[in-house]
Amino acid sequence: MAIVTPPRPEALAPEQPLNKPVRFIRRPTGYTPGIWGWMTTVDHKKIGIMYSVTAFFFFLIGGIEALLLRIQLGGPDQTFLRADTYNQVFTMHGTTMIFLVIMPLSAGLANYLLPIMIGARDVAFPRLNALGYWVFLAGGLFMYSSFFLGGAPNGGWFGYVPLTRNLPGHNVDYWVFGLQILGIASLTGAVNLIVTVINMRAPGMSLMRMPIFVWMSLVAQFLLLFAIPVITVALFLLSFDRLFSTNFFNVAAGSDPLLWQHLFWLFGHPEVYILILPAMGIVSEVLPVFSRKPLFGYQVMVFSGIAIGFMGWGVWAHHMFATGLGPVAVSAFSASTMFIAVPTGVKIFNWISTLWKGKLTFPTPMLFAIGFVAMFTIGGLSGVTHGVVPADTQQTDTYYIVAHFHYVLFGGSMFGLFAGAYYWYPKFAGKLLNERLGKIHFWLMFIGFNMTFGPFHILGLQGMPRRIYTYPEGRGWDVWNLVSTIGSFVIALSILTFCINVLKTRKTQQDVGEDPWDARTLEWTIPSPPPEYNFKEIPLVTSRDELWHRKYTEDDDGRSVRRAVTLEQPEMPGTEVEPSTDAHDGPDHAEGDDGHTDPAHDDEEHEPHIHMPSPSYWPLLTALGLPILSYGMIYKTWAVAILGGVWIFGSIYSWALEPATAPEDLPDHGSDESLEAVHA
Amino acid sequence: MRRNRRLAAFSASLFLFLAACAGNAPQDTLEPKGPVARQIDHLINPVFIVAGVVFVLVEGLVLLAVIKFRARPDSPEPEQIHGNTRLEVGWTLAPALILLAVAVPTIATIFDLSKKPENAVNVTVIGHQFWWEYRYEDLGVVTANELRMPVGRPVELTLNSDDVIHSYWIPPLGGKTDVVPGRNNTMHLEAETPGEYLGQCTEFCGASHANMRAKAIAMAPADFDAWVAGQKAAAPAPAAGTMAEEGALLFAQKGCGGCHTVQGVSEGKIGPNLTHLATRTTFAGSIFNNNDQNLRTWLRDPQAAKPGNKMIIPGGPLAPDEITKLIAYLDTLR
Repeated sequence: MAIVTPPRPEALAPEQPLNKPVRFIRRPTGYTPGIWGWMTTVDHKKIGIMYSVTAFFFFLIGGIEALLLRIQLGGPDQTFLRADTYNQVFTMHGTTMIFLVIMPLSAGLANYLLPIMIGARDVAFPRLNALGYWVFLAGGLFMYSSFFLGGAPNGGWFGYVPLTRNLPGHNVDYWVFGLQILGIASLTGAVNLIVTVINMRAPGMSLMRMPIFVWMSLVAQFLLLFAIPVITVALFLLSFDRLFSTNFFNVAAGSDPLLWQHLFWLFGHPEVYILILPAMGIVSEVLPVFSRKPLFGYQVMVFSGIAIGFMGWGVWAHHMFATGLGPVAVSAFSASTMFIAVPTGVKIFNWISTLWKGKLTFPTPMLFAIGFVAMFTIGGLSGVTHGVVPADTQQTDTYYIVAHFHYVLFGGSMFGLFAGAYYWYPKFAGKLLNERLGKIHFWLMFIGFNMTFGPFHILGLQGMPRRIYTYPEGRGWDVWNLVSTIGSFVIALSILTFCINVLKTRKTQQDVGEDPWDARTLEWTIPSPPPEYNFKEIPLVTSRDELWHRKYTEDDDGRSVRRAVTLEQPEMPGTEVEPSTDAHDGPDHAEGDDGHTDPAHDDEEHEPHIHMPSPSYWPLLTALGLPILSYGMIYKTWAVAILGGVWIFGSIYSWALEPATAPEDLPDHGSDESLEAVHA
Repeated sequence: MRRNRRLAAFSASLFLFLAACAGNAPQDTLEPKGPVARQIDHLINPVFIVAGVVFVLVEGLVLLAVIKFRARPDSPEPEQIHGNTRLEVGWTLAPALILLAVAVPTIATIFDLSKKPENAVNVTVIGHQFWWEYRYEDLGVVTANELRMPVGRPVELTLNSDDVIHSYWIPPLGGKTDVVPGRNNTMHLEAETPGEYLGQCTEFCGASHANMRAKAIAMAPADFDAWVAGQKAAAPAPAAGTMAEEGALLFAQKGCGGCHTVQGVSEGKIGPNLTHLATRTTFAGSIFNNNDQNLRTWLRDPQAAKPGNKMIIPGGPLAPDEITKLIAYLDTLR
């Protein structure tokens, strides 16, 4: 814990070494520009942007993989991809979209927005936050390096044993180690965001005043916290089987392959809610703003999100209805699967009620949010039909299930994430994305999406299994597969439109101000893009939808009436918030020893002297050790593995000795020399 | 307005399109051809109807809200409604009751289908990468890729795997069950009319998962008994001086018997039993119709025909005349 007490003169000498750890490289300062500024940043907003941009690149790669698959399946007996190539591509498509796209996109948005939405200046553990990003990047690049090193993983995204135990080559090893690396990123992120939300809320931001996106992200982070260890256990066992010929999944030695499936889906089903809950939160933010009404049934929305989080742990075996669990177990999981639809349905009705009697406008974020509600409903309904177990034995592992989870994860999560991208882009960049291109994007994606995945329902019910690289003529699948392939290119066109939109918008000059959407929550009270410290003064929260209540009051009919003068931060006498000594500042934040953090001393026109945690190389360096260790393990080159281990240990050790805020980053102390001079 | 109408038109066409059911799909799950599949179909049809009603209701409400409550120049600021407890209770209980109505018959059907049928033909199905082995232990018959069954009599399948997890599925006759190594899962199927029913492996099992198909051939009981009798007899030895006899010699020389059983000739266990290969309509995981031309394609380069399969030809590729001789021999295995 790095709360550095203001040094008293007599204590200076013994404390000096703590502030000056042994350094191999000079620590970057808060003013480090350019690429190094990004690589060493601990600012949650920069990290959020890096998460999102990286995940978007992986989204493009995963999308290209999807197009390759669709080309191959566009007609019967195609020879565009060879069998093994197809298997690598579909494995990487699934793995990428789940672990390298939707999870980090949600993580990126949460990283950027959660601290701001709760009125904090940063996350609880800024360097840990940076570590999460770099580990994610390292894991993603590590897994993709397999394409150049003998072939990508080819055992499917859920890697059933004994197939993944037996597959030759190193393909599956990349998957096993890559996912373990990514798990570290998710875990550190989860711990960080949970602590942030629980401990760093602004005064007055009670749990039931938190924006719903914060709530849903919080639930998702708790799910991650408990789910990642489960898959880590499974992956650990599998890696030992593959590297050291242990017998955890060796059927000949008496192992039951269903052990893997239980472990995997005990992670894998909560994972589904990890992927969808943040998107549900986004939609719950966007719909009220463009309906000019509060979210209908806020408490119920919070509670149903938590209920989904809990119930999500009791449905995993519905992925295993065909494995022969026996009628009693199957019936129990059938019932739990159906009843998880109740809180989900409640959410859908609350969203519709939010629209009801509103004053709806339809900018791009609203279109995507409504698209989410419409498409997710379809995914939810097909989900219920899977709970009808005898029918599921006809549907599972066919394209019907592929349709279902694409309606949930693409029609759901991705539509929600795009709603969030268009909605918060002005906050991130200070510019609004082009509305015309945004609408073209939405409609192309909406049409392309339904063209691609709608036919999957029919194909599945017509008996087309998933994960087949080819199919013969005469099965009746030709037409719908062709339609689907054409649809996939319409989606590609829509994504291209989005890219053009972002590139075009970057060139425009705009001043969108703080609150371009007339929104409701705290992030819209600060400049766009926000300053490094987010809030000049920590806000005092007096109600849910804080910003809305500062702008509007209600007349006798309960209708919104704009206040004559927008309320500034309401201030109670004697409670002026002193930012850097506020208890809500995180434990990892160093505190200043001079009076410069007191806003009363600041000239309003100038940047206030609010010092943030200093940048650091160690998160990046720590993360780099993980792929080194993994390459060493996969190729059983123990020297490399040991190097990786020492690298990680050394980086963590140096990190531990590094204070959260470098002395030279303290205002008025430009260098060690001046600090020493002062203290001498 | 234009936008809304487009949305409406699109959703309507989407719904029709989902409800559509194209013909000529031999693996169609909604065209049951036996009592097991029909029981599943009867269970799911009302569920599809309920889901369809909920779909129309929800999407209709979304559309209605979008059309009715869109901002007009004269729209007043909306009333700030924060919620309504009675509504919340209502739309919690209503779906719960609907789901209860679905859950009860579902669970009843689960238990009903798990009952062991009476008077069943017992068959052990063994999954291999990438083909099916059928062992009629009671009848003393071993065959591959095609499940022969009498009509009007249930077939009880005991499923096991030789390598990885597969899943056995003949959609017109019933749902799938995974074929898990080290476990003996069971399922039963029944066909009502004689005919061929197609299916395939539905658990990803490696490179040629797509090429692991299955076929059930239902026959009149008398035909089935005749088939059993034929399968139990050893295949006749090829007549002396024929090309088939040279093929038989080659079969021995090339070591084919190391993997394939031909009753009375060899006892290999790795590949399919070939004793009565010529009586089968398909081969190689049912991806090829059984004719000379396809056998030639197969024997020329099995790896090209079916990537990742375990068939190797000791001593390198076969010469064209060797293939001709082998085919002549295989054609005698009736």
